[in-house]
Amino acid sequence: MEVNVEARRILAVSISKLYASRSQRGGLRLHRSLLLSMVMRSARDIYHSSRESEQPNGEQPATEEPMDTNCDPKEKARLAPDLADTSADMAPGVSDKLDESDCDITEDKENLSPAKQSRKRRGKASAAPDFLPSKRARLEPGEERYAAPVGSCRAGVGDYRSALTLNQVIPAF
Amino acid sequence: DAAPGGDMQWCFSQVKGAIDDDVAEADIISTVEFNHTGELLATGDKGGRVVIFQQEIENKSLPQFRSEYNVYSTFQSHEPEFDYLKSLEIEEKINKIRWLPQKNAAQFLLSTNDKTIKLWKISERDKRPDGYNLKEDDGRYKDPNSITSLRVPVLIPMDLMVEASPRRVFANAHTYHINSVSVNSDHETYLSADDLRVNLWHLEITDRSFNIVDIKPTNMEELTEVITAAEFHPHQCNTFVYSSSKGIIRLCDMRESALCDRHTKLFEEPEDPSNRSFFSEIISSISDVKFSHSGRYMMTRDYLSVKIWDLNMENRPVETYQVHEYLRSKLCSLYENDCIFDKFECCWNGNDSVVMTGSYNNFFRMFDRSQRRDVMLEASRENSKPMQVLKPRKVCAGGKRKKDEISVDSLDFNKKILHTAWHPQDNIIAVATTNNLYIFQDKVN
Repeated sequence: MEVNVEARRILAVSISKLYASRSQRGGLRLHRSLLLSMVMRSARDIYHSSRESEQPNGEQPATEEPMDTNCDPKEKARLAPDLADTSADMAPGVSDKLDESDCDITEDKENLSPAKQSRKRRGKASAAPDFLPSKRARLEPGEERYAAPVGSCRAGVGDYRSALTLNQVIPAF
Repeated sequence: DAAPGGDMQWCFSQVKGAIDDDVAEADIISTVEFNHTGELLATGDKGGRVVIFQQEIENKSLPQFRSEYNVYSTFQSHEPEFDYLKSLEIEEKINKIRWLPQKNAAQFLLSTNDKTIKLWKISERDKRPDGYNLKEDDGRYKDPNSITSLRVPVLIPMDLMVEASPRRVFANAHTYHINSVSVNSDHETYLSADDLRVNLWHLEITDRSFNIVDIKPTNMEELTEVITAAEFHPHQCNTFVYSSSKGIIRLCDMRESALCDRHTKLFEEPEDPSNRSFFSEIISSISDVKFSHSGRYMMTRDYLSVKIWDLNMENRPVETYQVHEYLRSKLCSLYENDCIFDKFECCWNGNDSVVMTGSYNNFFRMFDRSQRRDVMLEASRENSKPMQVLKPRKVCAGGKRKKDEISVDSLDFNKKILHTAWHPQDNIIAVATTNNLYIFQDKVN
């Protein structure tokens, strides 16, 4: 169970890093994205296998919220580290959604935006280069580096709904 | 002759850069490299600038002091760019600088950002022509009617001027981010490597390069490994190595085929199953690979260790040194604060007896291979009195902390030493903290 919680937390942290890296100067880094996706894969696998071993014994927590299984690529992905507490546990169907979702994040560039975004979008529409000032501010150290708060396991739930599959992270390149 | 690293005492020599605690992002040092004689020391920064320091002529009257390094040339190597097709910014940060061996009076170096490599010529001018017939000193043309005699202009001494000019620009050959450049021992060609490909260039030809390694899978969803560093063998011009995110080093011989997708040798150490964690893959990713000067060994750096490989033995390294083993239990936090992605470099001393690499809290480590000793030192303003001897530092992993030890939880992970360089012939080292360059030398008695 410990491992399960850890796995979920790491998954949430990883997803937020992935989203943060999309607005990084210099573009997505293939190496970093690959490493992130590997960690996410391990965490997901551990989470799956611990869920499976739970099934015969454990009961589903009563406080589960019904998942919105709509996956609309144009819908804004919600990266919400400060999201109010939602479900206490992931719905069993969510991890399946991770695989089945056909939302392609490559097309979602224009609309993806972290909830607390204060930066310009990097869509094709906003081609105005903002590197012109000689010392351009990049991501505040806090934005990339935030330690996953305790509630982030739950915050992560929203993220799984959005268009992210591990297999499709890399082809974004 | 270098004395062993463990025995040696290291002293502070100089520090370059702003004293300010508030670091401007553009001033963050991103690469450090001595030239082949050690007379010149180049740094590149995030702002795309290159600063070259030169060691002054030795002061013979004070033999206990080695000469100081002073600024020789500063120039803007790369500017920020925008790729309009992909809607992406291209950072001006200098990823690597590599010096060419000197052939004439001028010095040449290659500097690269994520996408473009440039060959820079650095030359001195200490004379200027004087006494033109047709022109005044300020360049204005004389009234032709006033010219009554003919003379030959002469060269007169002037204050030394160091000029840097871009001689070649090698662009548009990399889809992914360039992580390495390496000059071949033939002094005519060099390689550049990005995440998935290695290209071979001729120094004179900018509109063409040969792709010699391509690990891009047909289906990107099947990608499991990227190239992290590449280097030519120091003596065999047909041999190069490239390291990967999986901790594998492949040695290739360019004589075997045009496309070196099939390696000649593959160096990999089997993973210790007891160390398996969520982060095993990240920490096994190799961040740097360097051949020894002799060409017989190569060294790799992964997140927690430095490994020395004998080119004749593929199944395991001959030596392994733990840089900061006390971090192994902190990997989750280091993942959260992004430090686990830090790419540390490593270097050899001139006779391959000592290796050096950086760590956190502005600590750096030296491992003496022959004496089997190691030391951890710190680059800090507090220890920067002239010729001050550096005291060895120790980190306490847990439990009772001894006096003078620092506990793991007190380490400052924002103070990281990623780039270090060792003078090719002398015991002088250059250590880059975030925005300062420290020069240390061994104590000469």
